[in-house]
Amino acid sequence: MTDKSDTKSHTEAYEARLKKRYRAERRFRAYGMAAIMTAGLILVFLLSSIVYSSLPAFSHHHTRLDIQVSTDYVSADAPEQGNYLGLVRAALRDQFPEVSGRRDKRALYKILSIGASDELQKRVIAEPDLIGTRLSLDVPLSDDIDLMLKGLIDRTLPESDRIVSDRDLVWADKLLAENRISRKFAFALFTNGDSREPEMAGIRGALVGSLWTLLVTLIVSFPLGVLAAIYLEEVAPKNRATALIEVNINNLAAVPSIVYGLLGLAVFINFFHLPRSAPLVGGFVLALMTLPRIIIPTRAAFASIPPSIREAALGVGASRTQVIMHHVLPLAMPGILTGTIIGLAQAAGETAPLLMIGMMAFIVDVPGDVTAKATVLPAQIYMWANNPERAFVARTSAGIVVLLTLLLVVNAAAIYFRRRFEKRW
Amino acid sequence: MTDTENQNVKIKARDVTVHYGEARALHGIDLDLNANEVTALIGPSGCGKSTFLRCINRMNDVIDGCRVGGTVSIDEQNIYSDAVDVVELRARVGMVFQKPNPFPKSIYDNVAYGPRIHGMAQDRATLDEVVERSLKRAGLWEEVKDRLTASGTSLSGGQQQRLCIARAIAVNPAIVLMDEPCSALDPIATAVIEELMEELRRDYTIVIVTHSMQQAARISQRTAYFHLGDLVEHGQTEAIFTKPQNQQTEAYISGKIG
Repeated sequence: MTDKSDTKSHTEAYEARLKKRYRAERRFRAYGMAAIMTAGLILVFLLSSIVYSSLPAFSHHHTRLDIQVSTDYVSADAPEQGNYLGLVRAALRDQFPEVSGRRDKRALYKILSIGASDELQKRVIAEPDLIGTRLSLDVPLSDDIDLMLKGLIDRTLPESDRIVSDRDLVWADKLLAENRISRKFAFALFTNGDSREPEMAGIRGALVGSLWTLLVTLIVSFPLGVLAAIYLEEVAPKNRATALIEVNINNLAAVPSIVYGLLGLAVFINFFHLPRSAPLVGGFVLALMTLPRIIIPTRAAFASIPPSIREAALGVGASRTQVIMHHVLPLAMPGILTGTIIGLAQAAGETAPLLMIGMMAFIVDVPGDVTAKATVLPAQIYMWANNPERAFVARTSAGIVVLLTLLLVVNAAAIYFRRRFEKRW
Repeated sequence: MTDTENQNVKIKARDVTVHYGEARALHGIDLDLNANEVTALIGPSGCGKSTFLRCINRMNDVIDGCRVGGTVSIDEQNIYSDAVDVVELRARVGMVFQKPNPFPKSIYDNVAYGPRIHGMAQDRATLDEVVERSLKRAGLWEEVKDRLTASGTSLSGGQQQRLCIARAIAVNPAIVLMDEPCSALDPIATAVIEELMEELRRDYTIVIVTHSMQQAARISQRTAYFHLGDLVEHGQTEAIFTKPQNQQTEAYISGKIG
């Protein structure tokens, strides 16, 4: 037995060390939690600010007009050629009989969206029986009136500082007082292509363009990337040539994406004369960019399969191809899919390489195939952000929400497929 | 040190050398291995016994920078000649590894994999029979017959190793190579596998690498002692363990080196 004082001093030093160690561990934990919480807070702030500023874009104010579908404007023989805007304007004039004079009338028409007659046109063409009758219809108001009604324009400002004139306010108030104004879900945001008018501008063209582009990217880069990775990792001899290829692939992953755009412009458009602004070329360019991002994680997935599995298969007389196809590839599949999806998600958010091949363009039509002119979501968001109309602010955020949703769906798909492949074992 | 009783020779190794890059791992090994016997390869770590074992089914081929010289003949045919297909060879020479390495598939699929890729079963019934027979021979059938669809990796270590043995014998090889098959197992599982080897040797030629002197003494008919890439001594196990001719062998067996 050691004597008492000795034991005590030993205990004190020991306790001090113990306390110090516990403190260090608590500190380490605290740093980690602080880092996570900071990141989480930034993310929450970012997402909530985007979602909050996008909310106005998801609804739009309409006014109910009583429209006399008179044969003066539309003939029953050819309803397609009718002057529907005239019909709507006539109904609006009826609403405000006190407005007279050409200039005043023209100012009055401006409280309606230029797409105000679209709904009417669709309905009358579908049901020609409506010609000659009177119907009540909600037509969209202009973007400025809509913003004012949403409270995004300060009515108390002097008229010169406001985009809505005093007269507009009077007319809008009259419609409000007659209970003719309603707020509806903005279907146009999801059904229309791009437009110069914010209330008519939709994300559909860019969304479909993005999907076409990603489809081409996937079809090109997935098989090429996986086969290249299999060859390099499993088949190729380890020599200087393969080492050089490996270094180059790693370097390609770090090449600025705009360089791929220049390459695409030079090769696909100027040399092969493929169409400009087309998802086909965009997909090729993004596939080039995505290839190293698929090859590298795929090789890592292959390298992480324990050699004992290969030996076991070789030991019972499996050929090299059988070892790869029956054992290594299925085991590496979750890793390959994760790499591919992350690569695709990056491609989906990429704008720079597409600038060079003309996909940053004002395109109204929804692209029907991979050679049609198209733009992509991030390019659309950037173009909307550049537009001067106030209503595009919310549209821009709404575009970001759609892009983020697309990425979420892609990532969820990745998780789903990974789970499915893992379950098999 | 010529072997005097070399009738019934199954595997004949002559002047086998192995290089890993510049390093020489085996310096000209001459060794005959008899059919229906268990031959134990013993020696300290890095002595080349596993390397020699892997020459018999050409598993060294898959290691980058590995070169094998000399000849290894099975039934008088040199397996390093161009006429031999390495895949077919490995179907004739099964292998069980140090660490149990079942495929992450069902128990059934583990055993059925070899017969399937070699086209040895034409229909499901034949395959079922092969799987059952192999599992029975490996002494695992009673334990797993009700859960053949369970994953091979869900078994205990000893069961996994017997599953690997069943997988190796399912393709009906002539020779089974075992590379320290019991080093990851407890004594009870080891005893089960040792009994199994005694049983299997009636139909197969077995070559086993082991670090356990007692195991070599218990299960083998012949023993070969390797040291630093040389075959120092070989012969009847009893003779090696009771009257070793070489001092090195004696030192190793008696625990003075190793």
